[in-house]
Amino acid sequence: MNITFKMDEPVGSSLLDHTRQNVISRPIDRIEGPLKVAGRARYSAEFKFPGMVHGVLVGSTIPAGTITGINETRARALPGVLAVVTDYETFLRNPGQGLETEAPAQGVREIAYFGQPVALVVAETFEAARNAAGALDIAYAPAEARLDFRALQSEARPKESSQKSQGDLDRAMMDAAASIDAVWTTPSQNSAAMEPHASTALWEGDTLIVYGAYQMLSSDRQQLADALGLAPDKVRIIAHYVGGGFGAKLGISQESVAAALAARALNRPVQVVMTRQQVFEATVRRSETIQRVRLAAGADGRLTGIGHETITANLPDEDFSEPASASTQFLYGGEARRFGNSIVTLNQVLSASMRAPGEAVGMLALEGAMDELAEALDIDPVELRKRNLPPRHPMDDLPFSSRSLAECLDHGASAFGWADRNPRPANRREGEWWIGQGMAAAARSNMLITSSARVTLGTDSRALIETDMTDIGTGTYTILAQIAAEMLGLPVEAIDVHLGDTAFPAAAGSGGSFGAASAGTSVYLACKRLRETLAERIGATPEELVLSEGMARRGNAAKPFSELVTEPLVATATVEPGKTEENFVQAAFGAHFAEVGVHVHTGEIRVRRMHGTFAAGRILNEKTARSQCIGGMVFGIGTALTEELVHDTRLGTIVNHDLAEYHLPVHADVPRIDVVFLEERDHAANPLLAKGIGELGISGAGAAIANAVYNACGMRVRDFPLTLDKLIAHLPDPDAVQP
Amino acid sequence: MRAFDYQRPESAEAATRAQSGAEARFIAGGTNLLDLMKLEIETPRTLIDISRLPLDGIAPTEAGGFSIGALVTNAALAADPSVRRLYPVLSRALLAGASGQLRNKATTGGNLLQRTRCYYFYNPATPCNKREPGSGCSAIGGHTRIHAILGTSPHCIATHPSDMAVAMMALEAEVEILGPDGQTRTIPLADLYRLPGDTPHIETSLAPGDLITAVILPPPPPGRQLYRKVRDRASYAFALVSVAAIIAMENGRISAARLAFGGLAPMPWRDREVEALLIGEAPSPALFAAAADRLLATARTEDGNAFKSPLARRTLASVLATACAGNS
Ligand SMILES: Cc1cc2nc3c(=O)[nH]c(=O)nc-3n(C[C@H](O)[C@H](O)[C@H](O)COP(=O)(O)OP(=O)(O)OC[C@H]3O[C@@H](n4cnc5c(N)ncnc54)[C@H](O)[C@@H]3O)c2cc1C
Ligand code: SF4
Repeated sequence: MNITFKMDEPVGSSLLDHTRQNVISRPIDRIEGPLKVAGRARYSAEFKFPGMVHGVLVGSTIPAGTITGINETRARALPGVLAVVTDYETFLRNPGQGLETEAPAQGVREIAYFGQPVALVVAETFEAARNAAGALDIAYAPAEARLDFRALQSEARPKESSQKSQGDLDRAMMDAAASIDAVWTTPSQNSAAMEPHASTALWEGDTLIVYGAYQMLSSDRQQLADALGLAPDKVRIIAHYVGGGFGAKLGISQESVAAALAARALNRPVQVVMTRQQVFEATVRRSETIQRVRLAAGADGRLTGIGHETITANLPDEDFSEPASASTQFLYGGEARRFGNSIVTLNQVLSASMRAPGEAVGMLALEGAMDELAEALDIDPVELRKRNLPPRHPMDDLPFSSRSLAECLDHGASAFGWADRNPRPANRREGEWWIGQGMAAAARSNMLITSSARVTLGTDSRALIETDMTDIGTGTYTILAQIAAEMLGLPVEAIDVHLGDTAFPAAAGSGGSFGAASAGTSVYLACKRLRETLAERIGATPEELVLSEGMARRGNAAKPFSELVTEPLVATATVEPGKTEENFVQAAFGAHFAEVGVHVHTGEIRVRRMHGTFAAGRILNEKTARSQCIGGMVFGIGTALTEELVHDTRLGTIVNHDLAEYHLPVHADVPRIDVVFLEERDHAANPLLAKGIGELGISGAGAAIANAVYNACGMRVRDFPLTLDKLIAHLPDPDAVQP
Repeated sequence: MRAFDYQRPESAEAATRAQSGAEARFIAGGTNLLDLMKLEIETPRTLIDISRLPLDGIAPTEAGGFSIGALVTNAALAADPSVRRLYPVLSRALLAGASGQLRNKATTGGNLLQRTRCYYFYNPATPCNKREPGSGCSAIGGHTRIHAILGTSPHCIATHPSDMAVAMMALEAEVEILGPDGQTRTIPLADLYRLPGDTPHIETSLAPGDLITAVILPPPPPGRQLYRKVRDRASYAFALVSVAAIIAMENGRISAARLAFGGLAPMPWRDREVEALLIGEAPSPALFAAAADRLLATARTEDGNAFKSPLARRTLASVLATACAGNS
């Protein structure tokens, strides 16, 4: 039984609102949790095979130029070394972008950035390979490198597809009762997922099997096949568990191709795990941005114009550009509008999607500007936002599929105690700390991506879900089991979930907050199909059918599955995006509130508490959803206060390429975080009526913190992250204000 | 990491003899040395494992102080009841350092001898005079957020990153050293370290084979003890600026003052002129400003670490105000 469903029309109702099993949405623990805490969930670098050997990538030590020769003599002479694998044409120069089906840029004789992997040293042990990697002598002809983003910003080339404009923004700015025109800058960042990029490759005949730490297996398989000149069905990628990705594992990265080539050359399984430094130097980063935001408003606070223009950076042959204005385009009204990106070509490692590409840094600027506008007009920041919610998309004139933003703002404000905030900056002091509060809206686009799953109802009253969807730590195993349990009237324990293997039906993968809803819909549809069969078998219409506790019922008649299912029942379902994508603005929304302390003497900033109220359609599991939002808000702390990937503009190196000096927030930086979900259903999104939540928590979180910093100490810093050196020179005199 | 031989001598004497060959290194907790070996910044041919030598005790001395064995872990030292009671500045400094896991492994001797966290020192692909004498200093003109502003030279501006050593400096600790000749000597902690000058690769006065066996704390000095560490996140980050202060007051005036600074210099930094300037004076913002002026009189900054001057100034003022308040 194969079915395909296209999301062309809003769905009237979802079975999940009628099945009444009380399984969907419940905050149950992750079903794979015990495996993980016991170390039994195996990650890509944990697979071992007979005869397996280890490869270590060797990165370039110049940022631009050409390799003139590789001398293997010293490396080959070391004990345990088996091969130095080089393949100038086939090695990946850049990692892949998400959802691409073609190979990323290949060819490594030309050096495009410092640390670009150019060779793989293979040895019997990891230690021997690493030792020999250090002894590989590579000669280069260096070329002039483009390394200084800020110095080169005037050379940015516009990205045509991103340019949008309506009305006359310059005019609106001139006529405005109040306006903001300022520039925000955000630094380069790295996802810094806990699990480094890793691949274990082996060949079975002419078929390549890669245990790879990847987020989107079906497109990654196509990228890998294309890179190696194989048919996609000759490549199988397995990723049962992925230790975080945050975008850095959307496309394939260099280690998989190198491992595959080495495994073929040596006829042995080869494992390649990147070092932390290589993850920073050679995979994916979020581009630094320079963002100009303009707001024009009348005295009543209503926007008459809005502009958000962004400069980003990327490698010479790449055109991804952090879409910082993504949600600016629909969040607030204003007749005159201008948006657009331009790209500076740099010899710095690939910039691509990192968690909430666009909103994560774009909302720092937009929501900072809104805070400034609120102050200029003496309107409460929450009220200012509520006054500017457009009835329909301000440019495309489309309706919102669902938008509970005003409700989130109101609920969040009252839960946080916003009414007690002192709007005058540097006016609340406790001991050596100025205390401030700030808020920001949250918005993140919602997407549906083609996704398939197979559900088998066995003769033992258990169901099996199979799809190449991944669980990157988000809770996919659990929510898919909950959907199937809810739909089939089985306990969650009776659902087996097999993910992360391209041998299974192709799924959306984990990215862009679309994973849960897309893969979840495919499971929903397959279960719905199974329900129809069961209904037939007890002579019920699908509407009459009630499934619970492994029984199918129609009125008072009931039959156990064991009688109805004498051979396994299999249904495979595919969901595809359709016209609702073009006919509605789809996004999840929320409101962030933050309280910070700024040290009166040192300018140290510590977040004291955060609150987020969100509405994202149906919540599939309140616990995993809450964890996603909390995680996003912690990302927001890092984005606002600590994270900055520093590129040396002379050498091209990444200065802080380890977790000691790339400062992610640690436990002590994370205060109490409250998350509340408002009840919502989105009928245009998908039959689950759910929207994505993986990136919503980060969108706007950092802005709430930055606005709180202003409220605390009266300083607007528009250059992120807000480290104390940017405050120290201008901090008010601590002795002037008495505690 | 290069292949190496591994030895575990039975006694301290045997360890010093084994290490006196130039390409051998002691390994204690390994939390710094192993990282450096993985990056091939340290490439010893032989590792002398001292971690099981019986140097892990904390004992009172006849002089009324304490002797801390070189292998006492940072966690154990911070938690020791006598240390917490008599030397709170030390306990606080230790707890402000690294993470719980690291402190469980890190030792007293290893902490004193940990190497700089200069980013360029840690990247073998970039020039560094400390790593490769004569190759140049990549930090100067580069990213210098964590670099020194006092005691530097045109050859190296790296800091010594320890918190523990800053507190020990203020406590006037001494270091007990066993040489390969079997002789034990004791030197002031200040004499353990050397400023970079034109030989930034030479960081201490230790000779090959010298084993630190203990740190001797004199009896606790009078006054209130404080350790204040300013850093980029609330935990698990090295000091941008840190201050260890021991301040005694009499009749509203500062009667004794010891100040040591971290994050500012290639070694834990103590400036007696700053202390002298405070003694006998009544605390005031003007006095604290004068102390900061004195401290920073010889500061040399880069674009990236210029903020450390105002930061040190403000941190010192805040620490002195706290130390002097309610302490008469
Ligand atoms: C991520 C990270 C964060 C950190 N943060 C901080 C921080 O905030 N503050 C801070 O102060 N420290 C911090 N540290 C450093 C930590 O304190 C040191 O790594 C630790 O104290 C070193 O002790 P060890 O015993 O592990 O030394 P080892 O690594 O074993 O040795 C270090 C050096 O000392 C030598 N050595 C060791 N013992 C002796 C001895 N008895 N006699 C002679 N030579 C000896 C070794 O040969 C080696 O050269 C951090 C470290 C890491 C990795
Ligand atoms: S500051 Fe010192 S350690 Fe850092 S690069 Fe310069 S010479 Fe090397």
